Amino acid sequence: MHPAFSVIFLTTLIGVGQGLFLALFSAQAYGMAKILPAQSNAFFATGSFLALLFLLGGLFAAVFHLGKPSYFITRAWRGMTQWRTSWLSRELIAMPIMIGLVFIYMAVYYFGLDADLYGWGVEGQLPLTVGIATAVAAIGLFVCTGMIYAAVKFLQEWACALTPVNYFLLGTASGFTFATWYAAGGAPELVQFFGTWAVVLTLAGLVTRAAALFRNGRIKRKSTMQTAIGVRHTKVQQKSMGMMGGSYNTREYTHGKTVAFLKSVKWIFLVLVFAVPVLLLWAGLASGDGSLFLLAFVAQYVGLLFERWFFFAQANHPQNLYYQIVG
Amino acid sequence: MTQLALVIDLNVCVGCHACVTSCKQWNTSGQAGPMFDDRPYGENPTGTFFNRVQTYEVGEFPCTETIHFPKSCLHCEDAPCVPVCPTGASYKRKEDGIVLVDYDKCIGCKYCSWACPYGAREFDENQKVMKKCTLCVDRIYDERIPEDRRKPACVISCPTSARLFGDVHDPDSEVSVAIRESGGYQLMPEWGTKPANHYLPRRKTKMHIHADELTRADNPLKKEDIRHETSKDTTLDDWLM
Repeated sequence: MHPAFSVIFLTTLIGVGQGLFLALFSAQAYGMAKILPAQSNAFFATGSFLALLFLLGGLFAAVFHLGKPSYFITRAWRGMTQWRTSWLSRELIAMPIMIGLVFIYMAVYYFGLDADLYGWGVEGQLPLTVGIATAVAAIGLFVCTGMIYAAVKFLQEWACALTPVNYFLLGTASGFTFATWYAAGGAPELVQFFGTWAVVLTLAGLVTRAAALFRNGRIKRKSTMQTAIGVRHTKVQQKSMGMMGGSYNTREYTHGKTVAFLKSVKWIFLVLVFAVPVLLLWAGLASGDGSLFLLAFVAQYVGLLFERWFFFAQANHPQNLYYQIVG
Repeated sequence: MTQLALVIDLNVCVGCHACVTSCKQWNTSGQAGPMFDDRPYGENPTGTFFNRVQTYEVGEFPCTETIHFPKSCLHCEDAPCVPVCPTGASYKRKEDGIVLVDYDKCIGCKYCSWACPYGAREFDENQKVMKKCTLCVDRIYDERIPEDRRKPACVISCPTSARLFGDVHDPDSEVSVAIRESGGYQLMPEWGTKPANHYLPRRKTKMHIHADELTRADNPLKKEDIRHETSKDTTLDDWLM
């Protein structure tokens, strides 16, 4: 498939935003349970503001995936109508819900709103309630994003349970890495917690992404030249695709790069998404140098851009059987 | 239930592209707006088409066969491009089974084209919406057109009548009979999309001649050909000849 930069930025940016929110929420919940030291309202307000920026950045990138950016105003609302059948429609619903809830979460902390909702007599019940709802929305959005790809059965590289799992793990890993750097500035006592989870999530992501790579390297294609045109002969070759200047079919379904380029992108993302951040996080946790966490996040985010590019480029569409040679 | 569809006879198609050009002509002139071309007279011309004719070679030289293969939307009965559309712009008509795109609702996300294994949908780079074969829905119901010409433009234009049009759910229709009696098949059946369009395979016209048909056992001429021993004596015939 042709990797579209709008979708690459959309999925990586909202992944960071969702992961960062889940990191903040875990610190909030553990803080209330007195497992971790509780943090100030400003810590959560600023943190959720940063998560909001990532989510809005993703939304901005998504606008450019529409046929025309003006469709965002005139037509995109229709995208919420087919949630019964379309995972893309479900994502278009989950995304504004997530953004709205993060905004409410930020507002609750910024204005210090609270209420004794459950009669527990402890502080932070209102932010916890909003936090739980937002965490559910964040996980729901990860599932929707992953299922958009996993639900297309024709793209066999994507049609697999590993796809949504990878979106979840790679998103949360990058979010927790960012949270580690954020905590290094405002809440040093959370650095160990966030940093350790960032390493765990990154390594878990390595396992599932490597499993997906292993699987995709051994796919048995369902469609062949024989089923494509329905002629039972071992040797069928295309002589003409019916046009000479190319068409949508020759642009949308191919990445247009060499096999060597594809292979090098794979190794670049494996190093940048997994190896470099884990080493930097480990070095940062050992030395206490906060700038290493920022470096780890930047490396991981750039790596994720490569990862997402590869994710699209690797997928091979059966329609390519009909478009092999100009003739 | 009606399911309109095309049946394309690969035995008859000569690959002349008349269906491609007539399709483009009819559909670029219709109410839905033009199907744009970029650089039509320049280098690498490209544009939106609903129909393509491709050519395949089967076998290895010298035992090869050329197959001209027209490909357009197959109007699948279980169309995978429809449920994935987030806006409902992509839909399948209940009354006649035609799969259509509402160009006023499409947001151009291209998700439906990912969900079509046949590559039947083409994105219009100028209008920024997804386009596809409409089975000439603006022609086949137009009562201003003589009844026998209320067929898709590609069917009307085909010089060899390789394209049949009709209701594949009516067992007695021309298309159903052709599918049933001439071995009509669907493309990529492995995906379970149940394409409504069918293709008729190449058919060789063969005559089987057995050895005993070449030498007729009961040939009456042969009866007179039985060579008897002839006498050296002069017969009446010798006198007459």
